Amino acid sequence: MTGELLFASVGVILFALGVAGVLLIGHLLRRVLAFNVMGSGAFLVLVGLAQRNGIADPVPQAMVLTGIVVAVAATALALALVRRLYVLTGKLELSQDDDE
Amino acid sequence: MMVWLILLPLLWASFAFLLGPGRGVWLAMAGLLAQLWLAYALAEEIVASGVAEHAVGGWGAPLGIDLVADGLSAAMLLLTQCVALPLAVYASAYFKRDDPAATYFWPLVGFLLAGLNALFLSADLFNSYVTLELLGLAAVGLVAAGGGAQQIASALRYLFATLVGSGAYLLGVALIYGTYGTVSTVTLTPLIGAGAPDLVWIAGGLMVVGLMLKTALFPFHFWLPPAHGGAPAPVSALLSAVVVKASFYLILRLWIGPFSSLTVAANLVVWLPALLGMLAVFWGSYQAIRAERLKMLVAYSTVAQLGYLFLIFPLLVSAGALQAVIMQVFAHGLAKAAMFAAAGTLIKATGQDTVAGLAGVAERLPVTLFAFGLAGVTLMGLPPSSGFLAKWQLIELALSQQYWVIAFVVLVGGLLAAVYVFRVLRQAFLLAPAGSVVMPVPRTLEWTAFVLAAASVLLGLRGVELMQLVGIT
Amino acid sequence: MKRLLVVLGAVCFVVLLLGAMFDLAPASVQLHAAVAANLPASGVEHPVTAVLLNFRGYDTLLEIAVLLLAMIVILATGIDTAADVRPSVNPVLQALAKLAAPLMIMVAVYLLWAGAFRPGGAFQAGAVLAAAAVLLHLVELLPGWQSPSTRLRLGLAGGFLVFLAVGAGSLMRGALLEYPPEHAGRLILLVESGLTVSLGLILAGLFLLLSRDDGDGP
Repeated sequence: MTGELLFASVGVILFALGVAGVLLIGHLLRRVLAFNVMGSGAFLVLVGLAQRNGIADPVPQAMVLTGIVVAVAATALALALVRRLYVLTGKLELSQDDDE
Repeated sequence: MMVWLILLPLLWASFAFLLGPGRGVWLAMAGLLAQLWLAYALAEEIVASGVAEHAVGGWGAPLGIDLVADGLSAAMLLLTQCVALPLAVYASAYFKRDDPAATYFWPLVGFLLAGLNALFLSADLFNSYVTLELLGLAAVGLVAAGGGAQQIASALRYLFATLVGSGAYLLGVALIYGTYGTVSTVTLTPLIGAGAPDLVWIAGGLMVVGLMLKTALFPFHFWLPPAHGGAPAPVSALLSAVVVKASFYLILRLWIGPFSSLTVAANLVVWLPALLGMLAVFWGSYQAIRAERLKMLVAYSTVAQLGYLFLIFPLLVSAGALQAVIMQVFAHGLAKAAMFAAAGTLIKATGQDTVAGLAGVAERLPVTLFAFGLAGVTLMGLPPSSGFLAKWQLIELALSQQYWVIAFVVLVGGLLAAVYVFRVLRQAFLLAPAGSVVMPVPRTLEWTAFVLAAASVLLGLRGVELMQLVGIT
Repeated sequence: MKRLLVVLGAVCFVVLLLGAMFDLAPASVQLHAAVAANLPASGVEHPVTAVLLNFRGYDTLLEIAVLLLAMIVILATGIDTAADVRPSVNPVLQALAKLAAPLMIMVAVYLLWAGAFRPGGAFQAGAVLAAAAVLLHLVELLPGWQSPSTRLRLGLAGGFLVFLAVGAGSLMRGALLEYPPEHAGRLILLVESGLTVSLGLILAGLFLLLSRDDGDGP
């Protein structure tokens, strides 16, 4: 197993952890963090799996840079909404009653 | 020409942002008008001379990114611009001056449309991911803009759903790039054969499930009713009419494009989305029938109508299936835009968002109610509407392959739609209780809804041209 | 119950995916070779910058749109106008921040210039600029934002507009973001310079717009 493949394997585990976190964690701030763990997992798989033969490939590296910026934007947006919800309701959780 | 469909909304969105809060409506109108013309010209060009391509940067796939416009993309582009322009007119009359929801409404709509148009043209899996995020974040922003706690909460729920959906899609893209070394759909399609490694199957599953979450297919629909039911009416209309269709479009593209060998090889897999689609038709209609709030009723109707789209997957092998599903996309897109617009007008006039509060609106707002009814005709699938054409084709396809169950679901779904549409109409024709006030509303609100509803019905008479366009691959 | 199901699903997913990931045949398309072959025509010497701003520059254009969009959504959602309440800042920290800020701006310019041939570029430079702004804000030398003025909005959207203008210009001559090889280097530097300023402002804005602290209670 090459080092790159190890990165990809860790990425898969991180992704699964992140998704489980988003599904299970009620606290919104921690849920945003879980989303970031999930994203990082996907990025690791992208760079790790593509370069598994030890040859550097700039294309997935550039894609990950793009992905990171998109994730930053999404995180900022999520934090702004969480903060707004906190200001309006004083809560950092989504209520379950209107979940249907 | 097709590239301007992406650049133009980005341009007017940025300039509307520069102009400042609440500004930019004329920029948006001019841009949307030009986009409508571009989409129409693109469709004509495709009919005349076949599929159009554009190699961004002049490199060409797989090194660069390709944009491809075939009949399917041109049809989706046309629908998007056709729905967006009347809704923009509607929105300009809907938002009051200094409405907090309208501070940056036009820039957000511009980015949303750029995301949609870019997605419909993209022939690159990673590029599609970026367009999905552009689209998703703009949609969440429109739901949240200027809203109270309830709206922010539904926007957050929507945001998490859409982020997990695109996260799963991105992991799928990562696995595909790892396996084949490219993300261009044109390069990938011949590479992925029936004997593809397991990793590709997992990647396909991840991408399709992630996109189903974004399309709000049952049981992933939980985020849609609060988000679409809670947003301002022009936003709900735009989201229900085209935004959820974008992720469906991408599923369809993957299904008949890069993953076509896989979907043909596993003929049981095709029944999974169809099964969920059937459940969506029943569950969405059931919830719409018992909804107390008018906009929730319309939102649950979207859940049901999205179900029809997924019935197509077992039928995709036969000719004409693509045409049938795009006809349903158009029928629902136009009708649902009209319905949400009409519902918004009714709510503005009565001052309350309940079905029970509609008593008496029939004589006060006949045009709006007629628009709601016409849109209902399309959703029920009565002739001569485009909804009828779509359902008729679906049933014909199902019967020719002896998939009775699909035909049955389509028929029952139409009856269920009739129940919730007539529930609204019946209430509207009741006598108004004494002391109830119906506020005057701008004429623009009434007539834009009517134009959309009429278009959804009249399209049934001009369906041949649309089907011809979709057939060009 | 839900917890158990999710954890079980996640474990199954990991096992399945890891099992499928090993002994994969080599990829049939080798893009790194194509990148290396076309690098001389790209206008820059660093392959990642070449992919980001030339080969897949369109992704980058849309990605900047996403970032600008996130900023606009935050503005549209509504900013709390509560007053900034902070304990007073140590003057030594302020003096240090005043020293650090010009250095950080210099580092940003270096990163921008270095991007053409080694790791660096507009994003890293913009991030350093934003960090400088955040630092100044934390020591109370830069106030938080409430509603950006026209000039600030021009700064926020300017980089994206330059990028769009370059895109539109190239589209009129041929393909979107197709740079003639002899001008590619200069055009990329132009785009990156615009992006550095705007990315710095946007990233700083994401912080400064949200940082209005109204104490611990709602």
